[in-house]
Amino acid sequence: MDSALSKAPKNKLNLRDFFEPLRKSLANFGKRFADGSLGTKLSHFIFGAGNFYHKQYIKGAIFLLLQLAILWFMIFCPAVNGTPYGWKALANLSLKNVKEGGEFDPATGHFSAGSDCKLMILFGFVTIAVIIIYFLIWNMNIGSSYKADMDKKIGKKPTTFIEDLRELLDSKFHVLMLTPTCIAAMVFTILPTIFMIALAFTTYNSQDMNDLGTNLFHWNGLQNFSAVFTGEGSLGVEIKNRFLPVLGWTFIWAIFATLTCYFGGIILALLINKKGLKGKKIFRTVFIFTIAVPQFISLLAVRNLLGEYGPFNAMLINAGIIDKAVGFLGLHVGDSENLAKVMVIIVNMWVGVPYTMLMTSGILMNIPTDLYEAARVDGASTLKMFFKITLPYVIFVTTPYLISSFVGNINSFNTIFLLTGGGPTYTGYQAGGTDLLVTWLYKVTIDQGSYNTGAVIGIFTFIITATITLVTYRRSKAYNEEDTFQ
Amino acid sequence: MSLMKKGKKVRSQSRARKVSLGATYILLVVLGIIWLVPLIWIVLSAFRCEYQPDGTFIGRVTSNFFPKAYGLKNFTDLFTATYYGVPKAFPRWMLNTLIIAIIDCIISTFLVLSVAYCMSKLKFKLRKPFMNISMIIGLFPGFMSMIAIYFLLKSIGLTGNPSHPEYSVIGLILAYSAGAGLGFQVAKGFFDVIPNALVESAKLDGCTNFQIFMKIILPLAKPIIIYQALMSFTGPWMDFIFAKVIIGADNAAYWTVSVGLYSLLFGTHPDTNLFTQFAAGCVVVAVPIVTLFMFLQQYYVEGVTAGAVKG
Repeated sequence: MDSALSKAPKNKLNLRDFFEPLRKSLANFGKRFADGSLGTKLSHFIFGAGNFYHKQYIKGAIFLLLQLAILWFMIFCPAVNGTPYGWKALANLSLKNVKEGGEFDPATGHFSAGSDCKLMILFGFVTIAVIIIYFLIWNMNIGSSYKADMDKKIGKKPTTFIEDLRELLDSKFHVLMLTPTCIAAMVFTILPTIFMIALAFTTYNSQDMNDLGTNLFHWNGLQNFSAVFTGEGSLGVEIKNRFLPVLGWTFIWAIFATLTCYFGGIILALLINKKGLKGKKIFRTVFIFTIAVPQFISLLAVRNLLGEYGPFNAMLINAGIIDKAVGFLGLHVGDSENLAKVMVIIVNMWVGVPYTMLMTSGILMNIPTDLYEAARVDGASTLKMFFKITLPYVIFVTTPYLISSFVGNINSFNTIFLLTGGGPTYTGYQAGGTDLLVTWLYKVTIDQGSYNTGAVIGIFTFIITATITLVTYRRSKAYNEEDTFQ
Repeated sequence: MSLMKKGKKVRSQSRARKVSLGATYILLVVLGIIWLVPLIWIVLSAFRCEYQPDGTFIGRVTSNFFPKAYGLKNFTDLFTATYYGVPKAFPRWMLNTLIIAIIDCIISTFLVLSVAYCMSKLKFKLRKPFMNISMIIGLFPGFMSMIAIYFLLKSIGLTGNPSHPEYSVIGLILAYSAGAGLGFQVAKGFFDVIPNALVESAKLDGCTNFQIFMKIILPLAKPIIIYQALMSFTGPWMDFIFAKVIIGADNAAYWTVSVGLYSLLFGTHPDTNLFTQFAAGCVVVAVPIVTLFMFLQQYYVEGVTAGAVKG
């Protein structure tokens, strides 16, 4: 047993955790080549050779087929939509040898297709992933052959294919259970995220594409990031002038949205769970009811209710409080930005408070009653008991939720998009008064086609959320004592 | 302390308690009304059936909270109307969403349970790295990957495919359910509470991990299964931004119901006079979802509480 490793604090998020398995397997390589049988040695070059050597034909055939398939993929470069995979995709990652297309080819009678730079990058990354998978399979195939060697040495028969399959249901059950998620996460989460990060270093936006040709762009290093300070590039002015206001508002929003919903929810839960109150269930049901209604319905309802022609404005006018309709949600140019900001936070309470109420209700009931009894004997007031007992207890238990809800609010797309659409807008800018980084990201990419600027905003958002989460989460009890549940 | 004084104190205390209880009732009723007003208004708007003097129907937002006349016209119009060139679009959107929701529900629940079980009850080398990586991935804004997923699906013909527009439904199901396994935290928190002794003793009896999962964990996990199924089933009815981007703005026949309803008010051909039809659509969507929620309330509450503590 590696003693240095076992001494290291296990429950810290260490880089070592990531690289330790890699280091160990690297150390294994030389050993396996030297100690292994002829089959194991051959396995380093031809997948499955070791399995054939040990008469594990099915397993060997699977490894061999996988190797042939990947080699075919790498050498013959199958193309999708005119963009190749394989080694050509790796070469394409430079985005150098691109053609504009649109020239008439008399041989085929068609116009030639131009290069598609976004597919070039995407397929380049897919190819890199395939290469990584190739080496993982390579490692597995050597390991499988080496294990058969070892079995033979101690007089055991190498496992049959059926036995291997059975292992998948027992000691290797996690492999069976995690493979679908790993593949899905690779294809639909990790690959897209890396792809979008890469776009932040390119000139991919609709404006430059018009200059260069329909689908062509190139790498431009850190220029999109420096645009935050210099204002260069097609959306440079936007990002320079609007970045700090949007960032500041995103923080203010996240802080207020989290705290108002959190404390509002606790107070509501205390009210509903008050001793002697009848009809607890009815009140609870009313609030759960509002959670159950899909958000796009309730938010759009509120948007229209508070709208220019809606009943709320009419009511205020009739009551003589205002004399003409007020744009509460900043839906029109010239509406008050601050009013819109306050309104979103208030409406967000409408959305979020019932949820926290529900969550804290259960926690409140778990507070040991003798704590309150003791406090009452000491003559503590209700208010004092709330601040000295209830609140610390609830906060202690729900810290992880508080963090995740803060991060969730930074990324709270629906509330802003459906309520204000980011408004009030300013002419010449995409980002309006209530736009968060995420809604701005959406506008910049989907409406404006500036994928590079959108990616820059996304990366900044990630840096912020990741810092907050990692710093607080690593210190939290729930994470550090995760193993004790085991 | 004399007995009389004590009696007085108790009485005044109980009076204070009554007052505060009364105040709580009033406060809760007021809050309840505030919380229900927008929903009541949508329902009222759905049944509103007002006409202008010249006989044109008033479908836009009006300043009166209570309609002057009620009727089912919005519903009948909604179910028969052609939107964005698609005849009887609304029933189609409902059906699309139902199909997507059912398939997504099955795949997502399966993925979440299997990952949560591995993370909670199995020991293997890569357990901790897997948990850390999944947490880090969760910190990227979903939109960043959304656009890339669109390109990816498009390159394999699962969206924006002119000869097979229906494939984009498959694309959306993939986009919804593929990442589901990474949201295992709530279910893991639930599995963590199941005593390890139960697993150990089953192992001593010769059960394989597969058998333990099927025969011990799953029967105990009914609340969390229902919670996950409820979450993933209702997801497609509530989300609209993923659906909008993946299915595409010009593919109206395969929209989900939320994209469709949103497009009535804010689409490429927004029509403020369709507000009451929009409201009717909201009622049609919300009634089954809310019923399902209310029916499975207990499981939802359990999941939410578990999620609070485990993060």
